[in-house]
Amino acid sequence: MQTYFQLRLDLVIMSPGIISEITILPGHDKHGNPEPFDQIVIRPGDTLSIVGPTGSGKTAFINDIEVFACNDTATGRTVLVNGEIPAEEFVRDPSKKPIALITQNTKCLADMSVDAFLAMHVRARKMSGLAIVSETIDLANQFTGEQIQPGCRITALSGGQTRSLMVADAVLISNAPLILLDEVENAGIFRERVIEVLKEHQKSVIFVTHDPLVSLLSDRRVVMRHGGVEKILKPDGREIHIREMVARMDLTLCRFRERIRAGELLTEKGFTV
Amino acid sequence: MKLVIIAGPPSAGKTAVTRQIIRHFLGTKKCAFLKIDVVRAFEDEELRDEFHIPARKIYSGDLCPDHTGVMVLKDAISWADGLGTDIFIVESAGLCLRCSPYVTQSLGIVVLSAVSGMNSPLKMGPMISLADVAVITKTDLVSQSEKEVFREKTKEVSPAIDIIETNAIQGTGLRFLMRAIDQQAEISDPATILLRGIPPLGVCTICVGKREIGWQNHFGVVRKLDGADDIFRGD
Repeated sequence: MQTYFQLRLDLVIMSPGIISEITILPGHDKHGNPEPFDQIVIRPGDTLSIVGPTGSGKTAFINDIEVFACNDTATGRTVLVNGEIPAEEFVRDPSKKPIALITQNTKCLADMSVDAFLAMHVRARKMSGLAIVSETIDLANQFTGEQIQPGCRITALSGGQTRSLMVADAVLISNAPLILLDEVENAGIFRERVIEVLKEHQKSVIFVTHDPLVSLLSDRRVVMRHGGVEKILKPDGREIHIREMVARMDLTLCRFRERIRAGELLTEKGFTV
Repeated sequence: MKLVIIAGPPSAGKTAVTRQIIRHFLGTKKCAFLKIDVVRAFEDEELRDEFHIPARKIYSGDLCPDHTGVMVLKDAISWADGLGTDIFIVESAGLCLRCSPYVTQSLGIVVLSAVSGMNSPLKMGPMISLADVAVITKTDLVSQSEKEVFREKTKEVSPAIDIIETNAIQGTGLRFLMRAIDQQAEISDPATILLRGIPPLGVCTICVGKREIGWQNHFGVVRKLDGADDIFRGD
């Protein structure tokens, strides 16, 4: 599996038109104040979290990236690919678009089996060979505790399974260099594993999140306020103690969750994190 | 004056797209709006209250709404032109999917909903094939895979159509639609405007109220169970 991914990655790197960076140029907040940064550059393997209260402009921020804003959205931001305004087909044709957006509203509506659904996507992309279908299901199964069977109906999958499948699809079939995940933490997927895999595959990912673990696992945190970027934090390891503790707490909660689902009574007098 | 005609199935988001167009051009261009619907419509009141633009509606009642559109469009163009309108937007009811209200000297926009099922573009002939632009709404709600397949199927119906994907409530990605409207030529001569396609065969004995079943009881276009596959041809 590892060599196959490596091979795919090499192909991508060798192909022309590869995306080496996506740059966000500042706009303004709801009151018209300019955003206090020169540029945000996202390179392969980077993870960013967008944090801030409800209504602070988090979703508008990733929407700007998704549509490649060029000073034509409410925020006035501009998004560049490799330092330039991207070609129109990049922006308009979803099969050429280097970005996959997965939100809490994104659904698979088709009443098809998982393997037929993925095969349909492979065909729409005019890719040859269907080996990638089972690879995508295998990858999705690394993100979710409930195994996805190839013959299962898409519409019968749980929220976590669906989200896992969409992330795996974005990584392998869409092969999108930048993945935008809007509040997917509630879906019950293994967030640490998702971040690891995205890094392994040299994908950049931007999380809109309220989740402490996801925020702490990201390289950078973009803090939003009044519709604009307020500041950009780069922890550079300074949060490592809290990050490790939160990861342990998360694991503890996961174990409790599994035991509750398995029908156990949790009667310990206390526990260590 | 530019003429923009918007069609599409019910609940696809025609009015959400209309709203984005008016909002975009507000302050630089004078917009006017006509809604053609069958029984009830509220869009004219909503848009008049929201944007303070001239807006009206007409009910087709027992008549096909696109038939009504053909009847009233010339009067409607005079009405809008008389008000000094720059962009006149006509929104159709969007019912039978065979219809195609687009005329020459206009920009024809079909609004399709990404959540309506991946095969839905294949079920709508001329409503898509005679349009200049397809605006696909609600793309934020469906998976990447379904979004791509929906686009492929729309292209299958009309290879040259200009496809614009959007979340019409937010207005994402609509800059390409605004550009198409900007580039649209003005009406040159209302007297020479023609319907682009041929409407479906409009009158049959069922349309006029004969309720008996069986082809033996009807006149005009009749079809037996076997052996009459090509009796209906569209554009």
